[in-house]
Amino acid sequence: MPRALPYLLLLPASLFLLVFFFYPFGLVVVESLTRGGEWTTDNFTRMTGHWKFAPAFWNTIWLTAIVVPVQLIMALTMASVVQKLKTGRSGLLYIFAIPLGISDLAAGLIWLAIFEQSGFLNSILHSFGVIDRPTLYLGYQNMWVIFLAVCLAEIWRATAIMMVIIVAGMGLIPKEYSEAAEVFGASRWQRFTRVTLPLLRPSLQTALILRILMAFEVFAVVMALGGTSLPVLMGETFQWQFQLQDRGVAAAYAMVILGLSVAFSLVVLRLLHVPKGARI
Amino acid sequence: MAEIVIKGVAKNFGSFTALHSVDLTIADQEFMVLLGASGCGKTTLLRIIAGLETPSQGEVWIGGRRVDHLPPRARGISMVFQNYAVFPHLTVFENIAFGLRMAKLPSPDVDRRVRRTAGLMHIEQLLKRYSGELSGEQRQRVAVARALAMEPDVILMDEPLSNLDALLRLEMRAELKGVLAESKTTTIYVTHDQVEAMSLADRISVMNGGYIVQADRPTEVYRNPAARFVGSFIGNPPMNFLPAKPDGAGRWHVAGQSFAGPRTGGAEFAIRPEDLHPAQTGLQAEVRVVEPLGPHILITAQVAGQPFRALLESDHTITPGEVITLAPVPDRIRWFDPETQKAIA
Amino acid sequence: MNDTSPPAPPQLEARRAGRFLFQAGIALLVLWVLVPIWFLFVNALSAPSEVTGFPKRMWPGFDLASIQFFLQFQGVTQALWNSVKVAVLTMILSIAMGAPAGYALSRFEFPGKEFFRVLVIMTRAFPLPLLALPLAVMFIRTGLDDTVLGLALVHAMLALPFAVLITFSLFSGIPVELEEAAWTLGCTRLQAFVKVVLPLALPGIAASAVFAFVISWNEVFAAAVLTIENRTLTAFLLQSLNVSPLPLKFAGGAALVMPALIFIFAVRKYLFAMWGIANR
Repeated sequence: MPRALPYLLLLPASLFLLVFFFYPFGLVVVESLTRGGEWTTDNFTRMTGHWKFAPAFWNTIWLTAIVVPVQLIMALTMASVVQKLKTGRSGLLYIFAIPLGISDLAAGLIWLAIFEQSGFLNSILHSFGVIDRPTLYLGYQNMWVIFLAVCLAEIWRATAIMMVIIVAGMGLIPKEYSEAAEVFGASRWQRFTRVTLPLLRPSLQTALILRILMAFEVFAVVMALGGTSLPVLMGETFQWQFQLQDRGVAAAYAMVILGLSVAFSLVVLRLLHVPKGARI
Repeated sequence: MAEIVIKGVAKNFGSFTALHSVDLTIADQEFMVLLGASGCGKTTLLRIIAGLETPSQGEVWIGGRRVDHLPPRARGISMVFQNYAVFPHLTVFENIAFGLRMAKLPSPDVDRRVRRTAGLMHIEQLLKRYSGELSGEQRQRVAVARALAMEPDVILMDEPLSNLDALLRLEMRAELKGVLAESKTTTIYVTHDQVEAMSLADRISVMNGGYIVQADRPTEVYRNPAARFVGSFIGNPPMNFLPAKPDGAGRWHVAGQSFAGPRTGGAEFAIRPEDLHPAQTGLQAEVRVVEPLGPHILITAQVAGQPFRALLESDHTITPGEVITLAPVPDRIRWFDPETQKAIA
Repeated sequence: MNDTSPPAPPQLEARRAGRFLFQAGIALLVLWVLVPIWFLFVNALSAPSEVTGFPKRMWPGFDLASIQFFLQFQGVTQALWNSVKVAVLTMILSIAMGAPAGYALSRFEFPGKEFFRVLVIMTRAFPLPLLALPLAVMFIRTGLDDTVLGLALVHAMLALPFAVLITFSLFSGIPVELEEAAWTLGCTRLQAFVKVVLPLALPGIAASAVFAFVISWNEVFAAAVLTIENRTLTAFLLQSLNVSPLPLKFAGGAALVMPALIFIFAVRKYLFAMWGIANR
C-alpha cells in the first residue's frame, strides 16, 4: 500500500482550500488594515464613523437574537413531531425540509408577495373587512414592519436546516435511553429535557453554529423586502464594495462579520461542550 | 502445493505490539486454526498472510515464494470474511464469478465453475438473488463458494461462523470440514471458539498477547498444554491450578496431599475438572455451588482456599456446604513452572 | 360495578384532546411552510395586471403572461443559462475534489488526517460568501473576473466542505471488507474501487452533487459581487430589485424555487443521512 496515496487524494482539496480559503482570508485581513499601500486603521474608523454602521450592526445582532431562538424551538418541535409520527413521516419531513432548498433571495421574494402593498396580507385583511384600502407596509417609515417581515422570512426559510440536523441527531440516539427514563418514572417533558436534549448537544452545536453564521450573513432577504432602508452588515459590505467602490471599508465590514462568527461559534462550542467520555 | 512459512513476523500499531516475532509453518493441505481471545493477534496474523496488513518485520512465504511485499491479488489466496463481505450490488452468481472474471476466465469456464461451487455449497437455487434477500447462513455459503471458486492454494477464514446461531454453526462446521477436506487447499482458520477449533483443526495455534503459545494437534493441546495459559484457556471449565510445596525427592505437598512430581525447581499442580472423582482419600473440597448439566454435574468448590472445579458423573448427590474428597487421575496430573508458566515434562 | 353507563373517563378525553392538538399543530406547521410558496406561485401564474391588482385572489389565473414577460425580459435567459453553467461546474469541481478527500478520510489512518478534518469543519465557522471580496481582486488580475468559471470556483469553495464530509460519511458506510474481499479476489486498488465501492456509493455521490448544485444555484452575495455582464439569475434579480416590476420579481422567484423543490425531492432520502454524519 503506497503510503503517499491518502496525501495524493487530499491534495486537490487541500490546494483548493489554500488558494480559495486561506489566501483570500489573508487578503481580507490585509485589505482591511491597509489604505493606499500603508498600514492603517483608517478603514475601521471610516466604517464606524459612517452613520449606517451602528444601525447595521445592531439590526444584524437583533435579527439573530430574535430569529435563532424562535427557530431552535420550532426546529425542536418539528423534529419531535416527526419523531413521534408513524405514518406519513417521510412526506412530512419532505415538506418541512422544502425551505432548505430555497435561496434567501427567493425567500425574500416569497415574503414580498405577502407584505407588498397589493400583496396577500392586505388582500386577506381586505376580504375580512379589516381595512378598505391597502396599506404600505414596507416603506422606510415603517422600519419595524420591515424588520418583522425579515424576521418572518428568515424564520420561514432557515428553520429547515436546523430541523434536518436535529432529526438526524435524534435518529442517532437509541430509543432505549428514553424508555429507561420512562421506566424510572420520567414524564414526557422530563424525558425530553433530561435525556433527549443533553444527548442532542453535538447536533445542537452544529445546528446553532451553522444557523448563527447564516444569520450574520443575512443579506438577500433584507434586500428583497426593504432594499437599503434596513441596513445590515452584509448589505453594507455589499454597498461599500459595489456601489461605493471602497474595498478597504468593505473588508473592514467583512472583518466585523468574521469576528462575530468566530466569537459566537466559540461561545456555542463552549456552552454545549460534551466531555469525550459522555458521547453516544 | 502451498506450504506457508511465517518467519519472525511482528506487527506494531503505533506503540501497541499486536504480534511479537511469530514463527509458524503450515504444511500443504493442512487445516490450521489460530485460536485465542479477542486482541491476541490472531486476526492480525491472518490479515498479514492475506496481504491486507503489512508486517512491521519478518517474512511470509506461500508455496516457496516470498509474498510479504505482494498485494493480496498476487498471493494465490482467497478469503472468507467474518461479516461475509458479499457484494450487495451483485447477484449471488456474479459474486461467485467475481474473482474468475477478474482472472479473465472465458465465460463458459466461469459459468461451469460458479455452478460447480454453488452446487458444493447447496446454493444453486439462489444464484439470481441479491445479498439483501439472503439469510446470514446463505450469505455465509455464498462467501465460501466465492472463495472456493477461485480454486486457491490457500483459503483464509476469519471467524466465518461467529455470526450464525448455535445450531446452524454446528451444521456449517461439519459441512465446511467436508468441503475443505475435499478441495485439498491449505486452510488457515481464525476463531475464538475452542470447540470449533478442536473439531476442525489438523493443528491448533493457541495465541495470547501477540505470541503463539502452542501449535499442536488438538488432543495434544488439550491433554498436554505447553503453558499454563493454554490449560486455563482451553477446556470448559478450564484446568484447576493449585500451589505445591516441595517435599524433597520429587514429591510435592498439594492441599495437604502428597503427589509425585518434577524433581527440580518450583511447580504448580494442575488437573482438569473431568479428571477428578470422589474417593476415600484426596483433595478436601468445600462445595460452594452445584450445577447439574445433564450428563454431568459441575461442582464449584474451594480447595486450600483456591477456587476449584470438578465435573462428576450426575449420579452423585452433592449439596452446597458439604466437604467432599476428590481424587485426581494420576496420569492426568500436569505440572507448571510458576516462574516461566511453562509445562514441566 | 353498579353505575349506570359511566361517562367517558377523563384520561380518555384528555388523550383525545391531545391527539387533536397534535394533529392541528402538524397541520399548522405544514401550512406555515407551504402557504407562502403557494402565494409565490399564485403570483407567478397570474397575468401581470392581476399581480399588481388589488385585492388579490388566492387562486392563480393560470395565465402565462408573467412568465412570458419574465423570459422575454432582456438578460433573463442569459442569466438562467449562466446559473445552470455555474451550478454544473460547481457540482463537478466540488465532487471531483471532495470525493477523493472523503475517501482518503474514510479509508486511511495517516499523520495529518485529524488536522485536515478539523480544517474542513472549521471552514464552516467562516462566512464563506465574504471570500468573494478579495477574490474579486484576484480574479481581475488573472482574467477570471466576470466569468462563469471564476464564480464556479467560489461556489465550489462553499460546497467543498459539504462534499468532503458527505462523501466521507458515504464511504465510511461501505464496509472495508467489501473492498478487501475484492482485493483477495484479484482486484487492484483501483479496480476494487471502480467495481465495488463506486456502484455502492454512486446514489449518495449523486445526492451530494445535487446538493452542490443547489448551493450554487441559490447563492446571491458572491454572484452579485463577482459578475457584472455574466450575471447569474440570483445576481440578475438582486441587481434589478429596485427597477424591475413586481411580476418580473415573482416570476423570477418562482424560477429560482422550482428546480430547488425538485432537487430537494430527489435527494430527500439522503438529506438526513448526510446531516447526521456532518454532525461529527
